[in-house]
Amino acid sequence: MNLDIRLPLGVLFSVIGVLLLGYGIASRHTPPGAPWWSNIDAWWGGALAAFGTLMLILARRRH
Amino acid sequence: MEAAIHLRAIDWLILGIYFLFVLGMGVVLRRRIHSSEDFFLSGRSIPAWVAGLAFLSANLGAQELIGMAASGAKYGMATSHFYWVGAIPAMVFLALFMMPFYYGSRARSVPEYLRLRFDEKTRGFNALSFCAMTVLSSGISMYAMGLLLNLLLGWDFSLGIWLCAGIVLVYILLGGLTSAIYNEVVQFFLIVFGFAPLVMLGLHDVGGWSGLRAGLARVALAHGFGAGAWSESWAYLGSTALNPMGVERFGLVMGLGFVLSFGYWCTDFLTIQRAMAADSLSAARRAPLIATLPKMLFPFLVILPGMIAVALTQGAGSSAFALPNKPDGSPNFDLVIPTLLGHYFPAGLLGLGLTALIASFMSGMAGNVTAFNTVWTNDIYQPYLRPGAGDRHYLWMGRVATVGGVLLSLAAAYLAAAFNNIMDVLQLVFAFINAPLFATFLLGMFWQRANGNGAFYGLLAGTVAAALHHGMTLPAHAVVGVKGGWLAIEHHYPSEMAQNFWTAIIAWTSCFVVTIIVSLAGRPPAPGSLVGLVRSATPRIDAGAKPWWQRPEFLAALAIAAVVALNIVFF
Repeated sequence: MNLDIRLPLGVLFSVIGVLLLGYGIASRHTPPGAPWWSNIDAWWGGALAAFGTLMLILARRRH
Repeated sequence: MEAAIHLRAIDWLILGIYFLFVLGMGVVLRRRIHSSEDFFLSGRSIPAWVAGLAFLSANLGAQELIGMAASGAKYGMATSHFYWVGAIPAMVFLALFMMPFYYGSRARSVPEYLRLRFDEKTRGFNALSFCAMTVLSSGISMYAMGLLLNLLLGWDFSLGIWLCAGIVLVYILLGGLTSAIYNEVVQFFLIVFGFAPLVMLGLHDVGGWSGLRAGLARVALAHGFGAGAWSESWAYLGSTALNPMGVERFGLVMGLGFVLSFGYWCTDFLTIQRAMAADSLSAARRAPLIATLPKMLFPFLVILPGMIAVALTQGAGSSAFALPNKPDGSPNFDLVIPTLLGHYFPAGLLGLGLTALIASFMSGMAGNVTAFNTVWTNDIYQPYLRPGAGDRHYLWMGRVATVGGVLLSLAAAYLAAAFNNIMDVLQLVFAFINAPLFATFLLGMFWQRANGNGAFYGLLAGTVAAALHHGMTLPAHAVVGVKGGWLAIEHHYPSEMAQNFWTAIIAWTSCFVVTIIVSLAGRPPAPGSLVGLVRSATPRIDAGAKPWWQRPEFLAALAIAAVVALNIVFF
């Protein structure tokens, strides 16, 4: 049987997401002209981590 | 040279994690490769949605991303025709009508289908030109990547291309097509997650959709066109003088929508290989259909940044973004994506965006290399150089061809760096060879009477017609030579795009007509030899137990309805 692709997807995006989230909270960068999403590292990192976690859950449920 | 973007530790870390991850996936998948079918066709075991995303991603090289963003800046919303008129209908046609014969014939490659359906010489012609073309396009893309990494990060040209080529080589050597496909799926998500914030930040800066339209109206008026020429897709296609692309509806629909797009999506083994790796015929048919959904949304990810960049350069927005100029003073549209990344992304996100860009280079290169090793081994080495060897030998040859393909691509990249003109000429020659191909497949799959001689001489006639047409026409403002007019100048086109579309139309028509005439003059193929290869000689496949909402026909109807709606909304 083949490797479930959702597992590596989940691992990669969880790791990168958590890194970005942590870095965003720690450094608070503001891109030019940015509004409420001024800390884009943090919330986009959160979004990636959420996607990664979802993939991990889906991969686990199959087995 | 001085780098345009300075990366911080977090950016390097994200890039490093991605490189390690890609190699790790190759290592994990290595244990699953036992036969040449595992290596070349993933053992035909890939689920439909994975095959679908890989199908899309193999085509999503960085040249596509950078080129589409550049076209968005240059031509505006009309660039969406490459997706909404070009790609989607062709992908639907491939899934519904052609995939049953590619997959069902058990051919391992597109050239092998040509041998089964026609004859050896047609297969040989196609296999050789395909191999040369994949190496060439992979080399040109590598050259573009080397230049870009040099410009952005100050990396040495050689360091950039050898590093990326080395990583691609290792993961394909280890895991074959499965490794390439899995990485393509990861690359797909990286590209989406890496570029989506760019669109959001840029669109916000330019003042939302209405701000973008106002900015693009200024761009259009400054270039002497009507106000909506950059923001509407169909409204300005009444005549070639009304739009920056210099095309009109018939040339666009026939040249791009029919000949070029169907020719690419329905016959290019690079993408079709992904669908052929699916675990069943039904999955192979669904793969391109599943790919249509993200594909039809891609204009918002890749074309929109170009439109935003050109509107901002014209003075819209508040963050003072402007595209850099080329030495001749005109804006450098190829730098839309890299300069937007550098402008908007803070450290951290910049690492992600850059990783997405490098990932897209890698997925494009891996697509070329895996298609090359398969066609080389199955369609050139096995029949002509070493017939009758064992499966283990061909598996070994596949790995050797992977190394060879990567090395040849690197050589092509250096050739492109040294002699730009040679590469332009070679690309042109392959465009001539490719232009008529779809006529051959269309007649092959749907007309029993078409025979081997018809197919072969039809292809030759189409290629010659394409070359003649190119040699006798010239786009406006172009110099005689690689742009055309090298025989005589009989006609001027308003743009290079218009010339390309008409070259394709003429090549297709010549191939179609000559194939029919030569086939009718010769003997028909033996009726029993066409089962599984021609529609009318093959029993209809029953999708059977699948519920209606999982049937390819339903997915196809959805895709067509959605793409019609998109065309109407952005008319």
